[in-house]
Amino acid sequence: MGCAKPRVIQAGDIADAMEKLCISACCNLPEENLERIEAYAATEESEVGRQVLEMILENHRLAAREQRPACQDTGLAVVFLELGQDVRIEGGDLVAAINEGVRRGYEKGYLRKSVVAEPLFERKNTRDNTPAIIHTSIVAGDKLKITLAPKGGGAENMSGVAMMIPAAGVEGVRKFVIEQVRKAGPNPCPPVVVGVGIGGNFEVAPLLAKKALVRPMGSRNPNPAYAALEDELLEAINKLGIGPQGLGGSTTALAVHVEYAPCHIASLPVAVNLNCHVSPHQSITL
Amino acid sequence: MAKRITTPLSDETIAGLKAGDQVLLTGVVYTARDAAHKRLIALIKEGKELPIDLQGQVIYYVGPAPAKPGDPIGSAGPTTSMRMDPYAPTLMEHGMKGMIGKGMRSKEVRDAMVRHRAVYFAAVGGAAALVAKRIKSAEVVAYEDLGPEAIRKLYVEDLPLFVIDDIHGDDLYEQGVAKYRKA
Repeated sequence: MGCAKPRVIQAGDIADAMEKLCISACCNLPEENLERIEAYAATEESEVGRQVLEMILENHRLAAREQRPACQDTGLAVVFLELGQDVRIEGGDLVAAINEGVRRGYEKGYLRKSVVAEPLFERKNTRDNTPAIIHTSIVAGDKLKITLAPKGGGAENMSGVAMMIPAAGVEGVRKFVIEQVRKAGPNPCPPVVVGVGIGGNFEVAPLLAKKALVRPMGSRNPNPAYAALEDELLEAINKLGIGPQGLGGSTTALAVHVEYAPCHIASLPVAVNLNCHVSPHQSITL
Repeated sequence: MAKRITTPLSDETIAGLKAGDQVLLTGVVYTARDAAHKRLIALIKEGKELPIDLQGQVIYYVGPAPAKPGDPIGSAGPTTSMRMDPYAPTLMEHGMKGMIGKGMRSKEVRDAMVRHRAVYFAAVGGAAALVAKRIKSAEVVAYEDLGPEAIRKLYVEDLPLFVIDDIHGDDLYEQGVAKYRKA
């Protein structure tokens, strides 16, 4: 009801949850990631490619067993918050609590600190992996859902955005996405997950592409036309021949996830954000 | 079958490596990423002595995760090599014979490899916990202030690698795509 009393969440509890998420997301990969890699290892045409996929599986299992980060690049801490409008945060501020959790998680979890305070001149490491990059949506309800997607630099650097004209259509989108993966070649640690954002505007399309990467690996867009586009893109990308680690083969991507949003009558923004095969992400709801 | 090779790399060892070979590498390798490369090149330009002797040496492009208590190093997979492309030819001029990383190199770097008889290896990116098991010791030898980007002297045993670029100008990435491309 409109006049319901707000539900109180303590800032300290948010920091604690964040600390756990950082460690767990880097060491315990989602089960569907491993299942997906296993399935592709069974169909990979290149013997070396199969060998690489087996090595990757062994690595990911070792990471969980010994609680070590699967990749040394434990990334920028990219955080998606879904904050219920009936939540009230007490005992500190939300952003500070998230950063406190990141600071503690990256220290206690022996995770790499990969943030420089300023990009161009000194590039000095902040030494605690803060600040996190935080995207907040206000939603209905009285819960706080925190999703952490630690994002490594190698795959991120191979991402791109294009402001197309509407006439470019499906074919234009298809060409852009495939060309982006082809150009990236071995650099983003294939097999990759391809996040595609279509629509919105200049800043929304890349955010959609990033959100696409935190969907469960291999899940499909609920809109059948977009789900069909995902299938078509995945098939085309896996014909590129890049293969596991770019050494040649039939497994270049593990999944293509497309997200879309309404856009201007004059525009067709398209963004591609790549993830490596580690593709770590995890959520918690308070 | 993987070939076993040791560092420092001899001319004979290098001459026997071809793009596509799998090798198990044992010996000392030095770590360096962008920030350390920038400093090394600045020293060379000023005519000053480098903190490491590059003769016959192999540089591993890696910024490891911190070591857990009792371990020599944390997870330590390769980083993207192209970021070191602007610096690599100069280091080859000064004796560097091998590089370990992942991803494509520029034409300039590949030409320099042919000219200076050096090789480029790839380790499996994202298999960082597994790679760390092959690293037996690690010590920071320069630029501690760079944190994960400091230069470390590693001793590795049977580190599994692929030869990507050899001294003949051949490239495994190009060969792989040519073999498996269907569209």
